[in-house]
Parts: sequence; C-alpha cells; structure tokens
Amino acid sequence: MNLSRFYAPLLAVGVVAIFAAVPVQSAGAQTTLNASGATFPAPLYNRWFVEYNKLHPDIQVNYQGVGSGQGIKDFTAGLTDFGASDAAMNDKELAAVTNGGVVLLPMTAGSIVISYNLPGVTAPIQLPREVYPAIFEGIITKWSDPKIAAANPGVAIPDLPITVASRADGSGTTFNFSSHLAAISPDFATKLGKPGKQVSFPGVAGKGNAGVAALIKLTPGTIGYVEYGYAKSNGLPMATLQNKAGKFVAPTPDSGAAALASVELPANLRVFITDPAGDGSYPIVTYTWWLVHAKYDKDGEAATIKALATWCLTDGQKLSDSLGYLPLPPAVVTKVQAAAATIQ
Amino acid sequence: MEPTAEIIPDQPRKIPLPVLGAQARAARRFDLFFTKATLLAGWGTVALLAWIALQIGYQAWPAFVQYHFGFLFSQTWDTENDVYGALPFIYGTLVSSALALLIATPLGVAIAIFLTEDYLPSSVQDFFKFTVELLAAIPSVIYGLWGWAVIIPITNILGNWLNAHFGWCPLFSTPASGPCFLPASFVLAIMVLPTIAALARTALKATPVATKEGALALGATRWEVIRQISLPMASTGIAGAVVLALGRAMGETMALAMLIGNKNQISASLFAPANTIASLLANSFGEATGPQVAALMYLSFILMFLTLAINAAAEWVLDYTGASKRHV
Repeated sequence: MNLSRFYAPLLAVGVVAIFAAVPVQSAGAQTTLNASGATFPAPLYNRWFVEYNKLHPDIQVNYQGVGSGQGIKDFTAGLTDFGASDAAMNDKELAAVTNGGVVLLPMTAGSIVISYNLPGVTAPIQLPREVYPAIFEGIITKWSDPKIAAANPGVAIPDLPITVASRADGSGTTFNFSSHLAAISPDFATKLGKPGKQVSFPGVAGKGNAGVAALIKLTPGTIGYVEYGYAKSNGLPMATLQNKAGKFVAPTPDSGAAALASVELPANLRVFITDPAGDGSYPIVTYTWWLVHAKYDKDGEAATIKALATWCLTDGQKLSDSLGYLPLPPAVVTKVQAAAATIQ
Repeated sequence: MEPTAEIIPDQPRKIPLPVLGAQARAARRFDLFFTKATLLAGWGTVALLAWIALQIGYQAWPAFVQYHFGFLFSQTWDTENDVYGALPFIYGTLVSSALALLIATPLGVAIAIFLTEDYLPSSVQDFFKFTVELLAAIPSVIYGLWGWAVIIPITNILGNWLNAHFGWCPLFSTPASGPCFLPASFVLAIMVLPTIAALARTALKATPVATKEGALALGATRWEVIRQISLPMASTGIAGAVVLALGRAMGETMALAMLIGNKNQISASLFAPANTIASLLANSFGEATGPQVAALMYLSFILMFLTLAINAAAEWVLDYTGASKRHV
C-alpha cells in the first residue's frame, strides 16, 4: 500500500511525460495522403512512398493494398485521397464519382506469367498460342498432350494430369489475363463466358498471387498465372509464350517494354493491351493506374499529389525494374505527366 | 432442511439494517444497479443477434427480391453478368461438414468411452482429456497449414491411386487436385473432434453407475455394458454433441479456404475441389460490388440461419438429456 502510494505520483509523471513527448515528434507540418487499391503494384508503390518520404520528410503516403475493386470503392466514397486499380475504372464507375471527375494515370506496368510445376523439367517450356488458352479453358487436360510435346521437342515432360490454379478473389490480374485469353481464343466465350475479375477457370483457386503460387508448388502438374515480379522474386518457372507475330517470347523487362511500346495510349489514358503486335513483345502485359480527382478542395493537396506523381513518373521509374515491374516508355511518361498537370 | 429454514427466516436479517443505515442502502443500490446491468447485458446479447440478422437481411434483400428461393437451387456464379446461385456452396458446406462428422463421430465417441470406462488411472485419464481438449485451442490457420503441408501430399497420392484403379466409382472419378474435399473434411474432423469427445464424455459419465454394476453382477462383459447400457443411455447426449459439431464445422472458414480448392462446382468425387459458403465469403468480399454484395449477403444469411438452427437444435437435444439425467 505504502509503496504504491509512493510510486503513484512517479507513475503519473511518467505517463504525462510520454503523452507530452508524442506531439513533439509529430509537430512538424505533416501532410498525410491516404490511398488504397491494387495489390499487384503495392510493393513498388510502398517503395516509392518510402523513398519519397526520405526526400520530403513532411509528406507521408499510406498505401493499403486492398485490391482494385476495394480501391475504387474507397476512392469513390471519398475515404482516400487517391486510389489505384489494375483495371482502371469502367464508365459506370467513373460516372459514380461525383465531385469534378477522375484523372486516370498509368503509373507502372507489369507482365503476367504462366508458371507451372513439372518435376524434372528445368528449361522454360514453350506454350504455343493455341495451347495455353486451351489449357486454361479445360480443353487440354494432360501434360502428355501431343500439342505440348510438339512445341517442346527433346523435353521429357512428365505424364501428369493438368491442374489449373487460378485466383479465388476478384483480381485485376485475372481481368488482364482472361482478357488476353479471350482476345486470342475463340473458345473462351463458350467455355468460360466473359473475361473479368473473377473467371471460373477449371481446377483449384487460391487467394492472391501468394495463394496461386502456393497451389502451383504444392501439386506436380499444376499450372497457373501470377505476376512477373512475384514469380521472379519467388523463383517460379515461367513459360515462354507465342505472341501475335508467332514468335516465342520469354517474360523479361525488355519483352514487356516492347509490348507497351506497341500500343498508343488514347486521350483518357485507359488502354488494355490484350494482344500486342511486334516480334519481341511479350503477349500478356498491363498498365496499372492511379485514380486521382480532377479537383481537390483542400489547399495544397493538388500540388502535393502532382509533385508526388511527377517524382514517381521520373525518378520512381528507376526502381521498377529491380522489383519486377516494367518502367514506362518515355513517350508514355510524357503523356501521363501532361495529364497529371491538369489536376487542380 | 426444515429446521434451518425456520431458524434463519427473513426477519432477523432486517433487524441490523437501521444500524448500518447508509452503508446498507448503498449496498442495496449497488445490488439493484448490478441486477439492472446484468439484465441489460443479457438483453443486449439478444438485441445484438437480432441486429446482426436484420442488417444482413437488409443488405441481402435486393438479391432475395431478384432470386427468391431459386437462389438456393441455381448453380451459376457469374460476377461479370451478375447472375448468382448458391447451390454449389450449400452443397460444399453440407458435404464437407457431413464427411467431417463421418470421420469425427466414431473417433470422438471412442475417445469418450476410453476416458470414461476405468481403463486408465484417473491421472492418466486427465492427461488424455486435457490433450484432446487442447486440440480446440489450436488456431484455424494452423490447421490449414498443417493440412496443406502434411495431409494434401498424402491425399494426392491416395487420390491418384484410387482414381487409377477405381475410377469407375463416382467417389474417385477425378484425379486428386491438391486441395479438395477429402483433406478439407479430414482436417475439419480433427477440428470438431474435441467438441464431440468432450460432450460425449459428459454424457457417458452421467450414465448411472448402479445400472452398470447391476449388469456386471448379472454376468455381462464390459463390452456388453458399453454397447447395451452406456451407449444407449448416453445416445441423446452424443447426438447433441454431433449436431453441435456440425454447427461448428459449417461455419469454419480459414482452414477450409486453404484446403477445399475454392472451385464453384458440384462433383461427387472426394478428390474434386469445391467451395463452401464461409470460404467464398472470405475470398470474394473484398472485391465485391453492387449485386454481388447482395448475393454474398444472401449467402451469409443462409449460413447464419443454418448454423443458428443447428445450434439451437443441439442445445435443445442437450437440454433434453440434462432433463432425462435428472429423472434417473
């Protein structure tokens, strides 16, 4: 009793000191931007925002990788200062944003790769244009299929049933992957319906890139689609795919950049590259967008976001490659910067 | 009994009241406050349940208006065209839970018998009882990881062998796809095992010793006593345990989302991937918009209704055994 009476004032002083100390640390003129959206570019965005904070300690960006759909919802509801989405926003979603319209800014791009688990196969397998859609549509169900063997002479592909692994959650990656398959395969509509964020592929499904990658590693004979950056950092095998020009192209930063360069950005900066032309183009690439208000009410917020976007489009692009994303071609950067400059 | 009741009637207690005055009044006020507070907490729980049900019902309403009860029997889940049906998820939920009970019930009852008949000294019994109950303390995601790393490789080998040799049987008509019904149900069985074992043990403990000793005295073997006296007398309690376990199994989410394969289809094969209501909700809620949210809410409502009904049934059965126990 006596002891506690003795210590109580000390304790009180301590508590007061702690609370007093906290505001001192955050007393500077801090600007915090909140953003949420796509998980696909989240590692790059978070890196950008950390680096930007080092250069501008007064600006802090909190980005939550909650998925493109949720990112659009949060942005539309005004919960975030800007959003991010792998599928941009469709016309209906754009119409739902009330105050002053939306500017879509492509900030980075990435490839989607087909990964697989084939014990004993070390070199990347080659998948022709008519074969990989048929696998994901459930038409080709065995690795011993003669069409696969014909494309991979001299490779001893084990005789396993094919298990397709896809995304269980709605995903921009699924949207872009299925859009590509639908563009090159006439069977897609009859087998799987419309391409979109959730497609009922045959086989099993897991949550996120990590879930799909885990499914691929788990069972021999499994094939699935994941982002290039994720596959690269986890050492997953990546198939070489046949592009529109008929060439087999491995997913690399160069082949991805070639695909980006093959498509002209329209005025609203929303374009889906479903089947890029050119000999060196990797066939499945996608931009990913920031969703930014055309007008900001708060003083200085527009300027802050403009400066942030400009840095990400210039110095930020140098970080893309090391994290497995595609640096935007210079022509694209110029266009996006012009669009960012219109924010008020 | 009666004399004590006469010695301490209410009157003598009231005598010191005026002496303690303020303190007693304060105590009584506190009592009153405490009674009111507990009453509030009790009704608060009821109100909370009603509020959750209403909220989910309200959000599910658009889907209900659109699909009515046809939702329960439709197999389409098309997020692009906003056409939704619940049958594959209801099927997956019921079949995975039923399979789990099929595995867990004999095991759980066997454990309960082992722990109530005096095969073991009571300290050893306590150790086993404690261990089985500890199974309930393991987080769901750990079960999921264990199923993923340990059970699926085994069921893969088993499934491919059964498919190769007994593929004509609908139960083995597909090769193992990794995550699928069998590993999911097996892990689910272990998760509900403590529920069944603990409640069945309580039911078996409650069977009267005199009846059992009587049967033994008449020359019955121990097996005959278990089969003809203990199990029949405890059967309602065991049934209650199984129904309660069913309720738990149906609502289980994390482990199933990892192990069932998340494929919206109906297949008789034990080695085909499937999906459950809980797992679908966990996977698709984040990205859902508009009509899909309503459809997911409708599914939540179905799941809540099913689990509430099943748990209520279990409580009723267990209460009923409690009552019959008092009569003996």
